[in-house]
Amino acid sequence: MQPDPIQTAKLAGTRLYHFHGGLRLRHNKQVSCELPIARAALPECVYVPLMQHSGQEAEPTVAAGQKVLKGEVIGRCDHAGGGWVHAPTSGTVNAIARHPISHPSGLDGVCVLVEPDGLDQWTALQPIADWRDAEPAELRELINGAGIVGLGGGVFPTGRKIEEASRRGIHTLILNGAECEPYISCDEMLMREQPASIILGAQILQRAIGADRTVIAIEDQMGAVYQALARAVAATDATAIDIVKVTTLYPEGGEKQLIQVLTGLETPSGGRPTDLGLLCQNVATATAVARAVVEGKALVERIVTVTGSGVRRPRNLAAAIGTPISDLVEQCGGYAEGAARLVLGGPMMGYSLASDANPVIKAANCILVLTENDIQPPQPEMPCIRCGECARVCPALLQPQQLHVTVRNGFWDDTIEAGLADCIECGCCDYVCPSHIPLVDWFRHGKSELRRVAAERAGAENARRRYEAREARLARLKQERRQRMQEKKQALGDQRAKQERIEAAVERARSRRRNET
Amino acid sequence: MLTPVLLFTLLGGLFGLGLGWAARRFRVESDPVVDRIDAILPQTQCGQCNFPGCRPYAEAIAAGEAPINQCPPGGEAGIRALADLLGVEPLPLNPECGEEKPRRVAVIDESVCIGCTLCIQACPVDAILGAPKLMHTVIGAECTGCDLCLPPCPVDCIAMVPAAHAASGWAWPRPDLTRVPAGSR
Repeated sequence: MQPDPIQTAKLAGTRLYHFHGGLRLRHNKQVSCELPIARAALPECVYVPLMQHSGQEAEPTVAAGQKVLKGEVIGRCDHAGGGWVHAPTSGTVNAIARHPISHPSGLDGVCVLVEPDGLDQWTALQPIADWRDAEPAELRELINGAGIVGLGGGVFPTGRKIEEASRRGIHTLILNGAECEPYISCDEMLMREQPASIILGAQILQRAIGADRTVIAIEDQMGAVYQALARAVAATDATAIDIVKVTTLYPEGGEKQLIQVLTGLETPSGGRPTDLGLLCQNVATATAVARAVVEGKALVERIVTVTGSGVRRPRNLAAAIGTPISDLVEQCGGYAEGAARLVLGGPMMGYSLASDANPVIKAANCILVLTENDIQPPQPEMPCIRCGECARVCPALLQPQQLHVTVRNGFWDDTIEAGLADCIECGCCDYVCPSHIPLVDWFRHGKSELRRVAAERAGAENARRRYEAREARLARLKQERRQRMQEKKQALGDQRAKQERIEAAVERARSRRRNET
Repeated sequence: MLTPVLLFTLLGGLFGLGLGWAARRFRVESDPVVDRIDAILPQTQCGQCNFPGCRPYAEAIAAGEAPINQCPPGGEAGIRALADLLGVEPLPLNPECGEEKPRRVAVIDESVCIGCTLCIQACPVDAILGAPKLMHTVIGAECTGCDLCLPPCPVDCIAMVPAAHAASGWAWPRPDLTRVPAGSR
């Protein structure tokens, strides 16, 4: 796609726009930003879930007892939306077994249990020597094979996302560093400490998708980050990279909201940013891309914020995927007195975990430990009074009060019409609701019900097709049988007539002979 | 007095002719009501409604020969959708037809199966694979859970089990069912 001059001008950062609604929240990020990022020690055993992406579980490609090296593929998933899983360290595969995974359901999932040998030895690395000369398709292939998924929380496989983007034509890559949820600081710390790797990732991504320029969006109150990034940009030969400060307003870090802030354009309902010629990637994803291409290293670790008033020394840790959460909390000084709730993700969009034995997954940006004082006492849910506060704060311009009614009553067609699919589950409506209605829980329920209803309808359609095919087959077989019978009968009839003709001829000959004598 | 009577008779006649012509000219071939009812029915083809399949039941409903509450797999939601479509009051599910159950799939105990093919013939959606004197098996993804393979099996080797639960197929529960009474927040 040709760069649209108007949009390009809009993206230069000269003007910022607004999205509807949103909330000003207390940030609570400073506590975890005081200490630099530390490398988390390897646990006694890593539990690598085979489902760390949307869609189906990956198929394990190793067996118990096998030795693996760091970065070796241990699970493959070639379905749409799937990604590959790699060994986070070198060691022995103890087992492939079910273990609690970090998932809102609290259900078990298949995990590969690797016992580290302490050497942390990488497998044979195959970096691309000079990415500037590499074919974009080759870069995309490598990114896909490195198991990179969107590290902002969406965990959609990056390889597939950029594959689609390169087909659609993208003029601008947006790197999302506007980490808007309270408490979470992993992206901010990453931008402060490893800006060069982010810029490198941006350049590689830009080449892989054929974009003309990159915009890195950060929050206006991330003071040190701007200088760090600007210095890193100046240190390279990169020309088309802009850093834009956006106003801190939750949820401006949402993909669609950020695009609206930067361009004033709305992503169409049911559409993607690629429809606007834009592609959004998290800054941490960019570093993962840089590491995969330049060093050949697969995604086997991520930066996790361990924070909250329930942790003694909040900080950011670079942890191997599969490290139990309890290990990370231990390395942050352990639980403080009164720790009451363990949340994966931020306070707005995260979900509670039942146990700290759950492993770190690629989507785990934050481990938040709350104390009794942080948690509001249970409030009785009251009927909706139609005050409209939820609609006022909704960044997706929905009518949450209306959606709530349709979901609660199971009016699925109305729910689709009211735009449930556009809900980003940011929790703003929940936060302001004076009747304490758990709106987002309802919407999440509604979304899974819509998926179920759609699957059920597809299943019924399939059953109908199979039933009709079977009925048609049975009718055809019956018809064929009848036809065969008839043919046989006819053939028999024919035979009898033939016999009669022969007999008649014989008779005639006989009588002739008799007459002659 | 006479003029208006004549006028309205004439107008009535003209409109009648027009409507009659339109009814012939724009005639809709199939009966879409049957299709729409059939689209709501779950296509289990289980026969619990006392009709030989979903389509015949849909035809009977459309003809007004059967009430809308005879489909246990469709359950309350199905009855409500039918009531909405037909503009009638929803009825409670007829208990004589069976009760609403979560979806299940048939599983054949393959060590017991003698390969008689009776279940294959009973399956309305061809979800059972096998050959005479060879073990049979159910294609789980195609099974509608209709129970029709159970009665013909001479060795009772078929069991109905709940459809599998995995994290990928997990659904967020209704908040009013999971929360502590009166909600907690």
